[in-house]
Amino acid sequence: MPTMRYREALNQALREEMEADENVFIMGEDVGVFQGAFKVTAGLLEEFGEKRVRDTPISENTIVGMGVGSAMIGLRPVVEIMTINFSLLAMDQIVNHAAAIRYMFGGQVKAPMVIRMPQGAGHQLGPTHSHCLEAFFLHVPGLLVAVPSTPADAKGLLKAAIRDDNPVIFIEHETLYGQRGDVPENGGPMRFGEAAIRREGDDVTIIGISRMAITALKAANKLADEHEINAEVIDPRTLRPLDLDTILESVKKTNRAVIVEEGWPHGGVGANLAALIQEQAFDWLDAPVQRVTGADVPMPYSKPLEQAAFPHEEHVVQAAIATFTDL
Amino acid sequence: MATRETAKSGKEVTAGNGDGADPPEVAGEIGFGEVKHDLPDKDTCRTVLSKMMLIRRFEERAGEMYAKAKIGGFLHLCIGEEATVVGATQALRDTDYLMSTYREHGQAIARGTHPNAVMAELFGRQGGCSHGRGGSMHLFDWDKRFLGGYGIVGGSLPLSAGVALACDYMGTEDAILSMMGDGATNQGTFGETMNLAALWQLPVVFVIINNQFGMGTALHRHSAVTELSRKSEGYGVPGRRCDGMDALDVHSVVGDALQSAREERRPQLVEAVTYRYRGHSMADPEEYRTKEEVEEWRERDPIRAFADRLVDEGVLTNEDVERMDREAIEAVDEAAQFADQSPFPELDSLYDEIYVFSGDVPGWWTVDERSPEVHRGEREREAGEVPHELAEKGAAYAGVGDEQARKRRAPRDQGAEGAQQGPADDASAEGDAD
Repeated sequence: MPTMRYREALNQALREEMEADENVFIMGEDVGVFQGAFKVTAGLLEEFGEKRVRDTPISENTIVGMGVGSAMIGLRPVVEIMTINFSLLAMDQIVNHAAAIRYMFGGQVKAPMVIRMPQGAGHQLGPTHSHCLEAFFLHVPGLLVAVPSTPADAKGLLKAAIRDDNPVIFIEHETLYGQRGDVPENGGPMRFGEAAIRREGDDVTIIGISRMAITALKAANKLADEHEINAEVIDPRTLRPLDLDTILESVKKTNRAVIVEEGWPHGGVGANLAALIQEQAFDWLDAPVQRVTGADVPMPYSKPLEQAAFPHEEHVVQAAIATFTDL
Repeated sequence: MATRETAKSGKEVTAGNGDGADPPEVAGEIGFGEVKHDLPDKDTCRTVLSKMMLIRRFEERAGEMYAKAKIGGFLHLCIGEEATVVGATQALRDTDYLMSTYREHGQAIARGTHPNAVMAELFGRQGGCSHGRGGSMHLFDWDKRFLGGYGIVGGSLPLSAGVALACDYMGTEDAILSMMGDGATNQGTFGETMNLAALWQLPVVFVIINNQFGMGTALHRHSAVTELSRKSEGYGVPGRRCDGMDALDVHSVVGDALQSAREERRPQLVEAVTYRYRGHSMADPEEYRTKEEVEEWRERDPIRAFADRLVDEGVLTNEDVERMDREAIEAVDEAAQFADQSPFPELDSLYDEIYVFSGDVPGWWTVDERSPEVHRGEREREAGEVPHELAEKGAAYAGVGDEQARKRRAPRDQGAEGAQQGPADDASAEGDAD
């Protein structure tokens, strides 16, 4: 199986889907001549030309809105937002328009589009370029939300997102772009709504979102090595639709759950998952559901502060151990 | 900072900065009431007049139905703006697209959506053109290429540019007419969309329906530049003005603009200077303008002026005009009757059409996805007033919640491992139970 970087896997998905369907096109800030702020679209302008790889002005709300409009009458736009914080400028088009348009017009129209954007801390980009905002989008009925953490998922889910008839928020992670992993050759689109069990275990279920799936796996290995705790690690891969069945099955086996996310705690993905778990599996729980989240602060610039503001494996280890303490 | 005096530069730009500024005088420049164009053929004259009459009578009836509480929410009437609505939409080909604002009943009707379907939508009925999901502000008719009314001021501008992009991308000759109010020209999407439309040479014509007010704020109090046709020029979209009380002038100017957009790939902007006789919505005490001002504009009534001219020039008789008006009234009578008889949407359709389901994708799409038959809201409705009464008495939901929790925690029949208990299999215990 070939090995490639996360960004290369994304690039391959874009290339393959553009080859397969001439209605697929890319637009965004610096996606063409500049090759993409994170080089995800490298080489695509040269291969597909300016009609299909469109550099835009810095106008996030209108770029997204034009994607919606073009999707309404038959195109399949892939809109790149340079970083997730900038998507806040486009919230009107994402929430009031992309997500609502099918419902509010009684099912007469659809908006098959992908809005790609990276998130995450670790590069000292400070309080306007490094948040994790998947919870904002998870909140909205009408959107699908993908949070791939491996190159294989990045490719398979992006292909699926482009072929899907719904508006998809496709959230990449800045620190994962350079990560390598196996990607199946000639792999097709993956299905949304299927979680991956990254590690099997019987003692505690750890659910990691986006990059935190990787942090969770590291923590699980440490729990096994140092604490004789055999953790099961689940990467939901998509938050809408959500593979709650796999999560519940695991929790019913381990009776303990830890949710790890990089975003803020209040109203976060973890809060939502904890609610669903206690609603659906309350009687199987032997301990309160634990959450490990980003710090409840705007992301600081200074390196030690930034490192202190998002979860590391040690936090996850402590949270997992806490599910075994007597109540 | 420039004072009002220095900001003014002759007739070129009329500036205002708040309460102190006098409203700009546009009447002379526009030439309201002047004959600007020869009449088109008789059939076209008849079509234009009958559409304007139908819209007027429809809006009047909608206002009455609102007063009778048949219509909820907001209701924005376009009475006074009929010449702009009909003149502009008549310039479209059947294959062209139209997008509008939340004041769009007239646009839907002018584009050919049946008044029955429009009225039923206002009533929130299944027979409405958006099946009761959108309401007055969100009419839509795919078959007529009427791509919607939009409730966010300026929100449809990027969408319309996107439609134009798709028209261009797919190599068609189609164009889109994108309508906005004067207030939308102050939104960020206005500048962003003008720039992109010009930059990418898109086949789109923007029409500003300048009815003199952004809700209750007069034009000269909300826009420093009150000659709105100039606001797009800096972005590369040429603008022009027309007499929004004269359907023929609107038709002529918008028609030319569509030709430029379609053939030269140069997006255009048209400012139609008009007036709405009624409030912003039905909930508008209209304290921001005088009765005299409204009266002055009513004297320019676009329907009466056009009808009078058709009679004067021998195209129609007074009897023809009266008969056409009676037909319009009959049509809106029928629309109100149809709407009243159309059923409300089924409650179990609440979750329909949020997503396009591809069939084989698993997972929870919405929180209630696993129980399509019974949703939380329905159970509350079935419970009637009891939960509300409990809540009001301070007992809150606690009792109800305990009852539901007890059911949910009932042991499984098959006996789970050891002492573990599982959720009840009885799905009726709670909407989201497995």
